[in-house]
Amino acid sequence: MTTNRKQDIILAGVGGQGILSIAFVIDSAALKEGYNIKQAEVHGMAQRGGAVQSHLRLSKDRIYSDLIPRGEADLILSVEPLEALRYLDFLRPGGKLITSSAPFINIPDYPDRETLIEQVRRVPGSVVIDSEALAKEAGTSKAQNTVMLGAAAKDLVVSQDGLREFIRVLFAPRGEKILESNLKAFELGRRAAL
Amino acid sequence: MTKEILLGDEAVALGAVHAGLTAGYSYPGTPASEIMEYLIRAARTAGTFVAAWSVNEKTAFEEALGVSFAGRRALVSMKHVGLNVAADPFMSAALTGVGGGFVVVVADDPSMHSSQNEQDSRFYAQFAQIPCFEPADHQEAYDMTREAFDLSERMNIPVMLRLVTRLSHSRAGVETGEARPQNGLKYGDRQCWTLLPMNARAQFKRVLELQPELVKISEGSRFNTLELNAADRSLGVIASGIAHNYVLENVREGAKKPSVLKVATYPIPEALVRKLVAHVDTVLVAEEGFPLIERSLKGLFGIPGKTLIGKLSGHIPPAGELSPESVRAALGMKPLERQAPSEFKPAGRPPQLCLGCPHADTFKALNKALEGFTKSNVFSDIGCYTLGYFPPYNAINTCVCMGASVGMAKGAAEAGVFPAVAVIGDSTFGHSGITALLSAAASHTNMIAIVLDNCTVAMTGGQPTFASGDRLLKIIEGVGVPKDHIRVITPLPKFHEQNVRIMKEEIEHSGLSVIVAARECLEETRKKNKRE
Repeated sequence: MTTNRKQDIILAGVGGQGILSIAFVIDSAALKEGYNIKQAEVHGMAQRGGAVQSHLRLSKDRIYSDLIPRGEADLILSVEPLEALRYLDFLRPGGKLITSSAPFINIPDYPDRETLIEQVRRVPGSVVIDSEALAKEAGTSKAQNTVMLGAAAKDLVVSQDGLREFIRVLFAPRGEKILESNLKAFELGRRAAL
Repeated sequence: MTKEILLGDEAVALGAVHAGLTAGYSYPGTPASEIMEYLIRAARTAGTFVAAWSVNEKTAFEEALGVSFAGRRALVSMKHVGLNVAADPFMSAALTGVGGGFVVVVADDPSMHSSQNEQDSRFYAQFAQIPCFEPADHQEAYDMTREAFDLSERMNIPVMLRLVTRLSHSRAGVETGEARPQNGLKYGDRQCWTLLPMNARAQFKRVLELQPELVKISEGSRFNTLELNAADRSLGVIASGIAHNYVLENVREGAKKPSVLKVATYPIPEALVRKLVAHVDTVLVAEEGFPLIERSLKGLFGIPGKTLIGKLSGHIPPAGELSPESVRAALGMKPLERQAPSEFKPAGRPPQLCLGCPHADTFKALNKALEGFTKSNVFSDIGCYTLGYFPPYNAINTCVCMGASVGMAKGAAEAGVFPAVAVIGDSTFGHSGITALLSAAASHTNMIAIVLDNCTVAMTGGQPTFASGDRLLKIIEGVGVPKDHIRVITPLPKFHEQNVRIMKEEIEHSGLSVIVAARECLEETRKKNKRE
């Protein structure tokens, strides 16, 4: 947890990878901890397997733009390595990139995996997490988004207990097993990024 | 007061509920769909008002107008192109006036994130000479919706609420107030509501005479704010709707603050504009959509002695949505420092049909059946199946507006195109395809219409469809398509050969054929399984 008054986060991924679930958890925790929030999302056409992103803005002060200005993002959190590179110009100097290494290949010209990861590692301060392996370890490959949320936990302005609370709110209705897997996925992601 | 996190769309919906809504109607369309999604959920819990999807925007508009006729509050919501469909009742509803407050919510999609064109619905409000609210944030979306109902009732005229994608699909906290009770039933006056020329002339005169009053109301609105910088008169900004956010985002910490007029209501609050313009040397107009305010300031002669900049001058890109960066540049500020971009250009990832989608199987069969013919003869429509444009399918050649496929195929057939094929989804068919098919049936046009019946409005998130299954077949038969040439196929890989054969048979048939490719959308099947 960091202690700034504001934090601008780009969440990136492919339609269907669950970035809005990550956004919900961070938002809800932030609201509870006294932040104002704005969260711009992508709905409609792009959700059919296209590139999607969410601009998540948290601040103790008033937030004007729904979109994060290029050069203001403190963090890019990506559930997919190719998508991680798409929004680099939003990152402020010294901003952080945290991404999954698990490719989502649904286009014919998807780059070579090694080259891609090397490109990600060239970004100063980037963190690469094998969310696929960790999600499987947690019990469901569907929890990769929660693994990535865990990996970003120490860099967020909201508390980790706040995040855990809203992981419970989000996943409890889907049954005990799914909830437990996601809580475990969060811990595994968190530890992997330490 | 309670604070809730809501989408811009949802803030509008909740504002309508709290304004004493009796009924809301809509047709799905990005970015407006979530208004009705929210209303339907809220109606299920509260059970005190009607919230329903309609077969198209025109029907939705007319249903809402009927509610208003009955003295009760009504909302109709749609995306920008939906208002084209509803333009007929929209223009005349300005003349009939309203009984209960009548709010038309239109969500524009600048940058065409999920649309076939860009439009600025404020021009429609200006065209019909009705008031329009343009919220800049979620709180305003809620507050303005409530106020729009009051204004509509007070001035006896429909009121537009104009949204844009970035507000519709952004979430933020909203403080809500006490709900107002619904109006009682009160019938409309037949002389006002029957637009025979003699009545309509009087009603139109009323609308014209109302205009000065509407300008005065706009000028007095609390949503328009004017901040003049007495120390620096060089630059003034007129910013409407979310453009105002981008201006403040950029000047919040800047040393040099321009004078700023925020325009949130229409007709344009003229007195406020005059005050700002008189105060400064250069006027920048920042507005999301088309340059409505800028054009009226520019007129034919410009503003003598002042410099006017904006979209018309090229200081802001004329196409696509605004961004914090494009407004920053127009303000004359240097770009923010940012991370150096990598030289690596990530490959694009366009949306695509889901793995196992029934449309994919239909397109594969159609491509096979059309082998040997020119490939430029498949007219398509609006829906997930428009993604059949992309490889590996490359199956379609047109997408214009809801229902255009059937009419265009008929016209093309009559111009000599063979075989002329229309591809249209079940909901789009119900929306605007039926009348075109009736026309083709009456003319015995030599063409094939393929209705992709996936039992849902898939692209916008799985709303119910009206022309699906058995009813769809009855409609097709009812408009006069010969029964022998209404064929039903199941788009699955195991039926590929059979489906190709049926398509070929109907290509060979000289006359009108309809092939219904019926298989439920995978997303819907998945949702149902989840619920069970």
